Amino acid sequence: MTQMSAAPAQATRTAEPVVEMSGVSVSFPGVKALQSVGLTLRPGEVHALMGENGAGKSTLIKALTGVYSIDEGTIIVGGEPRTFSGPAESQAAGISTVYQEINLCTNLTVAENMLLGREPRSFGRIDTREMNRRAGSVLARLGVDIEPRSLLGSHPIAIQQLVAIARAVDIDAELLILDEPTSSLDADEVVKLFEVMRTLRDEGVAIVFVSHFLDQVFEISDRMTVLRNGRLVGEYVTADTTQLQLVQAMIGRELETLEKIERQAEQNTVRATGTPLMEVLDLGRKGSVEAVDLQVFEGEVIGVAGLLGSGRTELARLLFGADAADHGDIQLRARRTKLRTPRQAIDQKIAFSSENRRSEGVIGDLSIADNMVLALQASRGWLRPLPAKTKERLVTQYIDALDIRPTDPHALMRNLSGGNQQKVLLARWLITEPELLILDEPTRGIDIGAKAQIQQLVADLAQQGVSVVFISAELEEVLRLSDRLVVMRDRRKIDERSNDDVSVADVLEIIAGEVRDDA
Amino acid sequence: MRSLTRHTLFWPLLALALLLVVNVIATPSFFSIRIQDGHLYGSLIDILRNGAPTLLIALGMTLVIATRGIDLSVGAIVAIAGAVTCTYLAGSPDEGSVSRAIVAMSLAVGVCVLLGLWNGFLIAVLGIQPIIATLVLMTAGRGLAMLITDGQIITVNNALFKKVGAGFVLGLPVAILIAMAVFAVTAVLTRRTALGMLIESVGINPEASRLAGVRARTITWTVYVFVAFCAGIAGVMIASNTSAADANNAGLFIELDAILAVVIGGTSLAGGRFSLTGTLIGAMFIQTLATTIPTIGIPSETNYLFKAVVVILVCLLQSPKARAALSVRRQSPLLTKGSAA
Repeated sequence: MTQMSAAPAQATRTAEPVVEMSGVSVSFPGVKALQSVGLTLRPGEVHALMGENGAGKSTLIKALTGVYSIDEGTIIVGGEPRTFSGPAESQAAGISTVYQEINLCTNLTVAENMLLGREPRSFGRIDTREMNRRAGSVLARLGVDIEPRSLLGSHPIAIQQLVAIARAVDIDAELLILDEPTSSLDADEVVKLFEVMRTLRDEGVAIVFVSHFLDQVFEISDRMTVLRNGRLVGEYVTADTTQLQLVQAMIGRELETLEKIERQAEQNTVRATGTPLMEVLDLGRKGSVEAVDLQVFEGEVIGVAGLLGSGRTELARLLFGADAADHGDIQLRARRTKLRTPRQAIDQKIAFSSENRRSEGVIGDLSIADNMVLALQASRGWLRPLPAKTKERLVTQYIDALDIRPTDPHALMRNLSGGNQQKVLLARWLITEPELLILDEPTRGIDIGAKAQIQQLVADLAQQGVSVVFISAELEEVLRLSDRLVVMRDRRKIDERSNDDVSVADVLEIIAGEVRDDA
Repeated sequence: MRSLTRHTLFWPLLALALLLVVNVIATPSFFSIRIQDGHLYGSLIDILRNGAPTLLIALGMTLVIATRGIDLSVGAIVAIAGAVTCTYLAGSPDEGSVSRAIVAMSLAVGVCVLLGLWNGFLIAVLGIQPIIATLVLMTAGRGLAMLITDGQIITVNNALFKKVGAGFVLGLPVAILIAMAVFAVTAVLTRRTALGMLIESVGINPEASRLAGVRARTITWTVYVFVAFCAGIAGVMIASNTSAADANNAGLFIELDAILAVVIGGTSLAGGRFSLTGTLIGAMFIQTLATTIPTIGIPSETNYLFKAVVVILVCLLQSPKARAALSVRRQSPLLTKGSAA
């Protein structure tokens, strides 16, 4: 019944909603995640779910798919009240989800991942040939050109994301939920994804789209539901709504902060003179980054731009000693230094916030407080525990300053939303009072409100004399904040210039210019 | 009531209490403790004393498991510790002297620390999976112990050595005092310093811990040395109890008891949060169980069968699905598996 042709799909547009949630409440120990929230999803529509971090978007999705059980409210699926006790049940009912963090097995092949749990069988054994054929045809439909028999782990995150979507598409869902599907995709991959989404929508599939990219939301969605602090703000028809209205609904206050940051960054004209805080020469690592020269001065924000896989993350890891460089020199405060482990870098007052929050940052089963003081405690050594009073003072101070929710320092880190986790991780590094802060995609997958707060923080830190290396896929953000701009491509630094009237188009040209030269 | 059942130590304590009740019903004099020659005697004292080696090892095992590891070689290390002590004493000219006993026991524990360094090296430096790395010593270690004792059961006669496992100080068995002292020291080391938090963070997310500057490798290495150290003391204690080293049977399957004690105490084999008090209760539970079985008239050879039942119960209690079923508020419809395809 899910493989509808285009014509009846049009007819069902005004028909019964696929899903109708009303009065749904969910709470975790110490956190009221959702309070009486409703969501109506109609067939053949792309429905954007909007809200800041911690607004309850992910929770609402997990309540629908049965990952969390709801405390109150009703969920009507296909006209019948349902309560799913797990993703398997909701999947059987035609609800397919691609989560923000990819939940696939990197040690299996692409095809195995796509058909996991639904493998075609012959004579009781898995029919590998049929499996690869079926996976291949779905990938072809999505225009993803990869070998179904290759290991998932051998592909970059962006491709893994598309595989996750291909998996969901293959289930023949009536409702497809895409939670932040575009956060790690490049522009043309987003275009490709949108094509697929439109095809599915025209087939009558209801699609939930969660994203923090406003332009994308306005481009693809038909309707929007906005949440704030676990409560419903309202449902809007996209065509009748402006971006400003949406933003105000989401954060409930004016959006002057971003403009203020820009003014502040402009005033912060840095004296790129004297001895640099850090100077690297010919720094590189085989298979990761080719020889990079870079100078970082005190109180300077260096923006690193580049496409996914351009070597921007790898460069950050070398500067922090997360990977050891195999050639090149690092000078810190005019003294030659070796950075072979993160610990050595931390001892030199360098901090690094990884782009992979979940696998390289969050300690899920420890509290907010323990997560915050981890780096400081590690550098003090286990024999000198942070005094309880100092710890409490630091933790409350940063929960306040970064507006972290929940405010309870004993709440477990894994119960926090992505944006709040990111803020805790930033606090972890700020507590160590770094002189050089390396931020790799600090605003990825988090909402405008938190994004603005983090950008403001970077601008403030730079004014206080902290040097920042700021890496982001969002060029606007990089340009807004940085004093100097480094452009990476194909694991090399291809350009460096001071950020005077550089526009997004200029940066794109730098990246693209190289493409033409190569071709 | 609900918050009580949710407390991490609720189920272990309840299980221990139930076992004790069974014992009191079977032998009404179970709780009685009498004083004889200034020493305390009674079933409870016996349980504590006989459970001391398991508790010692379980304490070390708690920290190992908290880092997502496991150490299967502790039983073999127990055998080696006994073998070293007794062989050294038996071979020295003044077998009964105090100084010889001290040298012998220190030597044994020292050897065990070296073995722990070896395990830690394989796991923390070479990155071999803990279960495989310690399996090496589990099998090789007993052979090593046989080599030291030349395949014989070596009996010795030394008053000080005998005291460690079978003696009394201040009316209490020395074994209990040692185990309690190690428990106290471990608790202080992990909870009064930052060691406990760092161990947990390594166990929960090793890579994130490394990037936060935690010396994950050193911590992993240390816990394997620590568990070997504990096993060394336990080995000396077990040999001392009979004044003999039996390379074949000393500490046989004690690794399973230790792991079981840790798990009963509520520390997950997936690593992360750990509870030393839980382990203490778990170790006492296992020893009480071993005592209970003959008391209620079941042959003690069937001990393992009952332990198996306990393992199943513990697994059930720790499994999220079973927990959900226990606190069920609504009847969940049966999974219609395969209907999606």
